[in-house]
Formats: sequence, structure tokens, C-alpha cells
Amino acid sequence: MAYMLEGRTGAWEVVVGLEIHAQIISESKLFSGASATYGGAPNAHVSFVDAGFPGMLPVINKECVAQAVRTGLGLKAEINLFSRFDRKNYFYADLPNGYQISQFAHPIVGTGQVEIELQDGTLKQIGITRLHLEQDAGKSMHDQHASKSVIDLNRAGVALMEIVSEPDIRSPEEAGAYLRKIRQIVRYLATCDGNMEEGSMRADVNVSVRKPGEPFRTRCEIKNVNSVRFVMHAVEAEALRQIDVWESGGEVVQETRLYDPSRGETRSMRSKEDAHDYRYFPEPDLLPLILEQDWVDQLKASLPELPDEKRERFCRDYNIPFYDAGVLVAEQATADFYETVAKGRDGKLAANWITGDFFAAMNRTGKSIDNPPASAAAMGELLDLIADKTINGRIAKDVFEAMVETGKMPAAIVEEKGLRQVTDTGAIDEAVAKVLAANQDKVAEYKAGKEKLFGFFVGQVMKAMAGKGNPAIVNEAVKKQLG
Amino acid sequence: MSIFDLTIAAAAKKLAAKDLSAVELTTAYNKAVAALNPRLNAYITATPDLALEQAKAADARIAAGTATALTGIPIAMKDLFCTAGVRTTAASRILEPFIPPYESTVSAKLRDAGAVVLGKANLDEFAMGSSNITSAYGPVENPWKRNGSDAKLVPGGSSGGSAAAVAARIALAATGTDTGGSIRQPAAFTGLAGIKPTYGRCSRYGIVAFASSLDQAGPMARNVEDCAILLNAMAGFDDKDSTSAPREVPNFTAALSRGVKGLKIGIPAEYRLEGTNPDILALWDKGIAWLREQGAEIIDISLPHTKYGLPVYYIVAPAEASSNLARYDGVRFGLRVEGEDLIDMYERTRAAGFGSEVKRRIMIGTYVLSHGYYDAYYLKAQKVRNLILKDFTDAFTKVDAILTPTAPSAAFGLGEKMDDPVTMYLNDVFTVPASLAGVPAMSVPAGLSADGLPLGLQVIGKHFDEETVFAVSAAIENAAGFSALPEVRAK
Repeated sequence: MAYMLEGRTGAWEVVVGLEIHAQIISESKLFSGASATYGGAPNAHVSFVDAGFPGMLPVINKECVAQAVRTGLGLKAEINLFSRFDRKNYFYADLPNGYQISQFAHPIVGTGQVEIELQDGTLKQIGITRLHLEQDAGKSMHDQHASKSVIDLNRAGVALMEIVSEPDIRSPEEAGAYLRKIRQIVRYLATCDGNMEEGSMRADVNVSVRKPGEPFRTRCEIKNVNSVRFVMHAVEAEALRQIDVWESGGEVVQETRLYDPSRGETRSMRSKEDAHDYRYFPEPDLLPLILEQDWVDQLKASLPELPDEKRERFCRDYNIPFYDAGVLVAEQATADFYETVAKGRDGKLAANWITGDFFAAMNRTGKSIDNPPASAAAMGELLDLIADKTINGRIAKDVFEAMVETGKMPAAIVEEKGLRQVTDTGAIDEAVAKVLAANQDKVAEYKAGKEKLFGFFVGQVMKAMAGKGNPAIVNEAVKKQLG
Repeated sequence: MSIFDLTIAAAAKKLAAKDLSAVELTTAYNKAVAALNPRLNAYITATPDLALEQAKAADARIAAGTATALTGIPIAMKDLFCTAGVRTTAASRILEPFIPPYESTVSAKLRDAGAVVLGKANLDEFAMGSSNITSAYGPVENPWKRNGSDAKLVPGGSSGGSAAAVAARIALAATGTDTGGSIRQPAAFTGLAGIKPTYGRCSRYGIVAFASSLDQAGPMARNVEDCAILLNAMAGFDDKDSTSAPREVPNFTAALSRGVKGLKIGIPAEYRLEGTNPDILALWDKGIAWLREQGAEIIDISLPHTKYGLPVYYIVAPAEASSNLARYDGVRFGLRVEGEDLIDMYERTRAAGFGSEVKRRIMIGTYVLSHGYYDAYYLKAQKVRNLILKDFTDAFTKVDAILTPTAPSAAFGLGEKMDDPVTMYLNDVFTVPASLAGVPAMSVPAGLSADGLPLGLQVIGKHFDEETVFAVSAAIENAAGFSALPEVRAK
């Protein structure tokens, strides 16, 4: 079902496009040798180039270019062997040069495509318009001094990729799924850490509404939204606002807006009339960026396996459902963890354990896949103990809990606690006989036709054996003794 | 013969022979600066103590046998080159308190070669001008006088302080920068040789930017040979400037004696402009004759888009300047005039810090880049710039070098041509096309006007073929035998 918002005049369709700013992972900044790492004392990572001193010139950082190309390849996008930098001119205290070096007319990456998956399992293609390289600005802080603003230029000049989508997104859910997908891809590629809290990934959200079948109406841009949840909320809040404007006989004006998460609404930042005239022109301090096809091919050959391919391979190689594979590849580290556990073992069982008890334990203990509640080696060993029938599935759960609690390896726990599965038919027969003798009335009911009681007898036997009985042999023995 | 008559080449010989010490030479120049600069205003900042220290180091280097052709040679540094620890103003109030913590690549190369820097030479504010009257530190007086007149003349610009200092012999040579003629026109106005090398030949790192796609550093000196010696030290690839060319620097002095026999020299019809001083047209004809006599083949050529040079230049250069000068905002360095808020601080700082010519160009540049005007002005200008470049590349399929006048007039009076900026801009009519095309061009002193002022001829060469430019310039220099001296000079 397509997502629609009901207004007084009927259903409205929401149209969304995202511009994602993703900070590139690199040692140094886009045009200077200053460190691009997050944090550090204010203005500790600033070169004279970053600070816009007279006579300073930008020199492109090749690694940042490689990162943009890798990302473009990950987005299945066209790599432009010719691209060019432009100056985007505006005055602000944290923009040292009075212009941002960006790519306006000739971006390094052209059109591409990503596939998103919705809650109901629907897959949808979202078009990528372009990806371009640009430098970040510094940070103004207005609350550090009674009458002055202070500036931190650590971030000034750090490389950003701006990833622009087509207006293909039609709901808050799709917007969220798209943003998560982009974040997943850049994390797989290690081109951006995708950390929205630290601001290394943020989105400008373009929203408009229309009656189904209409051409696009005027859009508004919501600047700098910094979480997936806020993006989803902002889309809905802004769409509802626009519907109200249209239905009240008004007209939506093109403007830049801000999302206020505390009030759950967007508000005007500046209208089109006050919009900056950025006076773009080609950056004369830099030559056009010309890439060699060979170099691009080498980058392509060295790309890691991307989430979509990995998901398909997991389905194929480990025979697990598409949905489970999606959960497992969501984070590269989880996928790697799974693969360590599943390799050479029952992939399906491994998937069940990881998405089940393992994830539950991770949430419960507040740990992460990088600092897991049980190591991949331990999980593998646990699966091996199940496979060779040393323990049964029920006992395995107890062993797992002990692993999480003590950090010990499962085999050791099994030995220590004497949890080895009992397959000795003599011992099992004895236990079955005892249970039947103690429940004569139930045996009579069973024989009178109440066959449901079979499970009760098995349960009682397992209980008597402290769960260690081999379930198949116990079943067999109960059946035989009941005649 | 006075110590001030020595060229770089001659002084270097005496220094090597220990007939003269670098300290003696620098001391003489320091004294001459102290005596004449108050009148000429060729230096914004003189650095006699630093110069003396450098001279002592130079003497030590000469004694150690590690001297270069420039060790101990006292020069003036245009105050557009950032010099570590020495105030760098770009002749603007907005940089009055600015002491760079870094050194420009070109000045660093000259220092590494052992050159002694006497001080920072005056210029038009941010190199915007053709007369040196836009400097916030006052105009420069041209040491030359018209016959029988005491009227003050301009030295040309923007490298007017460099030109006046070398002409008046209060520097043995100087660095300049040339965006649309800022080395060549002042060289012509003061009887000096000066070359704007190919765009990309010298690093722009550490040079206060005016128009990035046009700015080039180059030398100004008493003769062509000295320019060649200086350029050899200044030029070369620099990984700190992405537009500098990764090319070997040839030995320019070796090219001086090549001669012009068999060279094809183009004479562009479009440079025979109405309103050009007839003395200059006559000198041009002489220059043609000299080259023909020395075995060059003279070929009439056409550079059909010449007339668009000035309009294109006065769109492209201000456009880049308007952006390059945005960094002078009072936030991080230089002048700040406090205000009510950020915008008010910007406005007060820039209103107080920039002179009227700089403001004019920022406004023109902002206008031509604005939404709705970009296509009609900036984009059109870029297209025409390509046509001008094509004029030259086409011409250079037929000829090895081009000969033209450097400027349409001799030095004019301080206060003349002030009524209308466009009249002033016309000074650059012959120099701007080579700047737009990025090709090397040199002005050589070749004669005097009827009223006794120096005139220059311009030799334009192919991209990265400064060697031919030097060879042709040397041939003209030899034939012209230019030996006149300005009235005001160290003796």
C-alpha cells in the first residue's frame, strides 16, 4: 500500500529527496595536510590553508578522491573521469576563505542506484543523482562568551561527500530506509563512519506534497537533520504542514527550514528571497580532476563485498531466509561474526542462534558486536557440541547463558557442570519406567485415547534427567514403554 | 664606475673575485634606500638590518665556495610575496598589521640562492592598478623625468615600487607579479627589462592572490641577462601550487646568445592601435628592422580577438578577485573594525580596509558572477578567453615569437588619467592578451620618447618557451643599445 496522508480534500502523496553529507574517512583534510580526525582541542587541527591565510593554496588529497570513487562504485554509479571544483561564495565567520570549494557543474560521480527494503519486505530502487566532493566549514559557537562568538576550525576543510538522491522517496519509512542504506554502504566501504551523533553524516531533506498523478509541487528544504528518526519525523511534520497550507488556500513557498525535534515541527530559516547568491565559478587554484580508468578499475577490484551481494551470498551459501540474511548483513561486523560462526557448520542453526539468543544477550548486557557477549569461536564451539550430540538444544541454551555470564568456553562449561547429553538407553529406559510408574492415572488416560499426554511423559522424563536426555532416544523409549 | 652601475652578472663576478663583499654592496644599497626612498616611496617596508645579516651570510657562503649567481645580490621584494616575520601588506590597509608566519615559494627560492632582500616594494593595492597610485601607502614616484620638466610621473603598476627601486638603483633587481601587465608595463615606464613567465612556471604559493588564473611572478632588472639569472632561481614546480607546472626549468641565460637568425617573428596587425603614441609605433618599426637585420624572418600575423582582451580581462580578473578577497573579513588576521554584529563588523572592516579601486573591482566581480549575469558576463568572457588563447596557438604554428609595443604610451603624470578608470585600464591593452593566454612575455627597454622617457617593446613566446623570448629580447637589447639613465638615482 502506498503511503498517503489524508487531508480535508483527500489523499496526498509525499515526495522526498535527500542530500546526504557524509564526512570522508581520511588521515588529512581535502585540500591541506592538517589532521581530519574528530575531536582535539579547538583549532588544533588547522593549517594556514584551512584558515584561509593570504597566498595559501589548496592541493587535492588523493585519498579523499579515492574514497569518493569507492563510494560512487558502491552506489553503482557512473564515475566521471573528468570533474572540476567550483567556488561557492558566501560570507560566514566559520568559512575562512569566504567560499567553499565544492563541485557544482561537474561532480566526480554521476547517476547511480540503491535498493531499499521496507518493513513488509518490499524492495524499491532509489535513484542517485550525483555525488560530489566538497570541504566542510568550521564550527561557530555562540554560547561560550557573553558578547562574542568563538570559532573552531578543526572541521574546516575536512572532506565531505554530498550524495544527492532523485525525488524517488514517497514516505517517512522510505526516507529512513534510504538513509540507513546509504549509511550501511559507506560503512561497508569504510569511506564514512556514518556516525550521525558526531555529525559525520547529516541530511538535507527536500519535501513536497501532491495529489496522486499531479506533477511535483513546490518543495522546501529542511537543513541538517542529524538522525534517521528525525529525518522520518521531519518528513511527516513538513508534509502535514504543507498539506495544511495548500488546503487552507495558501501556497507553499520554496524556502529553507529547520526541524525542531523538541517540538516535532519545522520552521522557516530563510526564504528564497533571502537565499544566498553563491556566485559559483570554477576554482582557479585547482586544475580539473582527471581520473585514469585503470585507477578506477583498481579501486573497483579492491572494493569489499557490499551488503546486497553479501546478503544474496548468505542466502545461497548458508541456505538461510532472505529476511535473516538481511538482519545479519545490516552491519559488516555482524556479518563477519556470523560468517565466522557459520563457516563449515549448519548455517541455518548459526543464523537462528545469532539472531535469537545471541542478539537478545547482546541487548540485555548492553554489549556490541565489537565487544560481544560471547565470542564467535565460543559460538562455533557451542554449535559443534550440538552437532556432535554432546548436548541437546535445550541444554545448549543453558550453556549459552553460562558462557555469557562467565565468559568460559562451552565445552568447559559442559564438562564442569556435567551437562553431557545422556544417550545410554538403559538409563533412559529406567527413567521412563519411573515416570510411568509414578503417573499411572495419566497412563490410563493416554491409553483411553488422550494421545496429547505423550508430550507430558517426555517432559517429565527430561525433567527427571535434568534435561540431559537425548530427545530422540527419550521419545523412542516413551513410545515403546507405553506400548 | 659606481657600485650602482653593476648588473647582477657583473656584481656576481666581483663578489666571486672578492673585489667586493656582499656586506659592502648591501651597505651601499641600504644607504641609497635611506636617502632616496623618502622621496620615491618605492618601499613600503625597508629591512636594512635583515639585509645586512643576509649579506654577512652571503659572504660566508662565497668564502665557503657554495655561492650561486644570486648570492649577495640585493633585491627588492614586491610586497605581495609573503615573507616570514616581515610585514606583508599587499599595499592595503586591511593587511597593515599582517606579519606572515610563512614564506612564499618564490621568495624562499631567492633567499635559498643567497639573494639579499632590502625591503618590501610598494605596489598598487592588491596589485590592482597600472600606476601605483592605488597603494594605501602612497604613490611611487617614477625616477624618470620628461625633458625639461620636473613633473612627477607614475612608475606604472602594479609593480611600480619594484620598477622605481631598480630604475633609481636602490635595488639591483626586484621581483614583480604580473596579472595583466603588472611587470611589463612598469618595466617599460622605467627603462627596465621584465618578464612575465608562462602561467605555471613560478609557484604562486605565498603570493597574495589577485586573480588566480592570471597571476604570475617574474623578475624586473636592468637588463635581459639579469632577468634570466633571476628567473632561473624563481621558477620551478611546487607541489604546494596545483597550477604550477611539473616541468624542468631550462637554463635561461644559455638562451641569451642564441640569436634570432632563422626565427620567424610575428607582427600582429591588431596591435597597431589608434591613439598609440607615434614614438611607440616608430620604435616598433625599428624593432622589426633590428630583428630582420639579425636574420629573423618577419611575418605579418593576425590575432583577431585582441580587441576583446581588455573587456574579458576586466571581467575575469575582478570575478576572481572578488572571491579571493573575501577572506579579508576581520575574523582571523589583518585589520578588524569592531561592529554591532558579524555583518556590521564585516562591513566596517572592509569599508575601512579596502581602497576605492579594490572596492570597485570587488563590486564588478561580484556583479559578473551574480545569478542572472553569470552567463552573459563571466561565462561569455571565458569563451572569448579561449578564443584569445586560440589566436596565440594558431599564430604560433606560423611564428616562433611575436613582437609588439609594451604599452600605448610612456609614463604619464601623477594625477593624469585619474578621471575615468577605463582610461587607466587602457594601459594594459597590449599586455593583457598574453596574460589571458598564459604565454610568456617580456618587456625590453628599446628607446626613448620625444620627451625623453623610456619605451619598451614586448616579446611574446609560446607556452614554456621563455628561452626564445629571452633570445629575441637579448637581440633587441643589443641592437637598441639602451643606455639612458633616470634623473633620480643612486650614484
